[in-house]
Amino acid sequence: MRTDDLVGLLSTGITPVKGGTAARRFGIALPLAVIGATILMAAVFGIRPDLGAVVKTAIFWEKLAFPLCVVVGALVATLRLARPGARVGAGWPVMATPVVIVWIAATVVVVSAAPQYRLPAILGQSWRTCPFNILLLSVPGFIAIFWAVKGLAPTRLRLAATISGLLASSTATVAYCFHCPEMSPAFWSIWYVAGMLLPAVLGAVLGPKLLRW
Amino acid sequence: MTVYSAEERLRTLFVAGLAGNASEYRAFLSELTRHLRGFLRKRIPHLQDDVEDLVQEILLAVHNARHTYRPDEPLTAWVHAIARYKLMDFFRTRARRESLHTPLDEHDDIFAEVDDEPADARRDIGKLLDHLPDKQRLSIVHVKLQGLSVAEASRLTGLSESAVKVSIHRGLKALATYVRRIA
Repeated sequence: MRTDDLVGLLSTGITPVKGGTAARRFGIALPLAVIGATILMAAVFGIRPDLGAVVKTAIFWEKLAFPLCVVVGALVATLRLARPGARVGAGWPVMATPVVIVWIAATVVVVSAAPQYRLPAILGQSWRTCPFNILLLSVPGFIAIFWAVKGLAPTRLRLAATISGLLASSTATVAYCFHCPEMSPAFWSIWYVAGMLLPAVLGAVLGPKLLRW
Repeated sequence: MTVYSAEERLRTLFVAGLAGNASEYRAFLSELTRHLRGFLRKRIPHLQDDVEDLVQEILLAVHNARHTYRPDEPLTAWVHAIARYKLMDFFRTRARRESLHTPLDEHDDIFAEVDDEPADARRDIGKLLDHLPDKQRLSIVHVKLQGLSVAEASRLTGLSESAVKVSIHRGLKALATYVRRIA
């Protein structure tokens, strides 16, 4: 087929393009990520029994705010990276700030603790499983978000996939907060971050294949 | 003709195309073809035989991704990102040893060259149409090649009008996938 004929084919019989594709696709993918992670959390790990008591403490909300801020930054960045030619821009500081704040808080906690309590503050009771639990909760969101991004013609696949993975895992971490009993920033600063990075790294590795269009 | 005016003119045509104006959209694609050809001939002078195939692949990609363009951003940057992506993809999949001679980062260049002399494409997109499922193939043939309305195509195929539209959309996406696989 000559190029001119292809131009004719593509332009003949077109219909107006509806706007808001990104909003539509993420309007499906994000709820799926949240609901999927919440159901998995409740079914596999169980909601923490003392939830009624801890929601009255500030530390619970500070803990929840950590992944939630990462969600906001990753969402801003993913929405941009999903389309051709856009840059991450404001997403970077929004994603990085909560991590830096938690690291500062963790440093304060560890430094001010008596030497014998330092390691327990970092390791908590669940450091071995925490990152993998978050990885598991990320699965529904990972699939849904990659579907949403692929349909928006991303052109920087590895970066788009990394941040998409981070969006899935930070969403999963929000859900995981309703199970996880660890209440020290020293713990979150390492194991929550590791849990959020695992799907991001997975995205970086698989992204160029999964998002190719 | 400056790059700036090309941006303005192409954007006007493209935005009209997004609103459903077929003749403006055709004018946009024709002019884009000339720019892409000029851009690629300059960028990959050692692979002249692949230029026309790449032009067609990028046209198909631009068409399939047109819902992702936002009128508040420069068309140059958006088109450049797609062209660059498809060119990089071309180098990756064909496992070419040759690297690009010039960096592709200056997106103003995309509309800087014009080339009106089409070469022969090596792969025939028309033949690839035959690989599509009947629903998609017939919808595309009736509406996009024979120029029938969606309503007429709906009567001929027995599909609903929205099914015809969806089939065209999916068919063109599938076509882009075939194009990608066939070097």
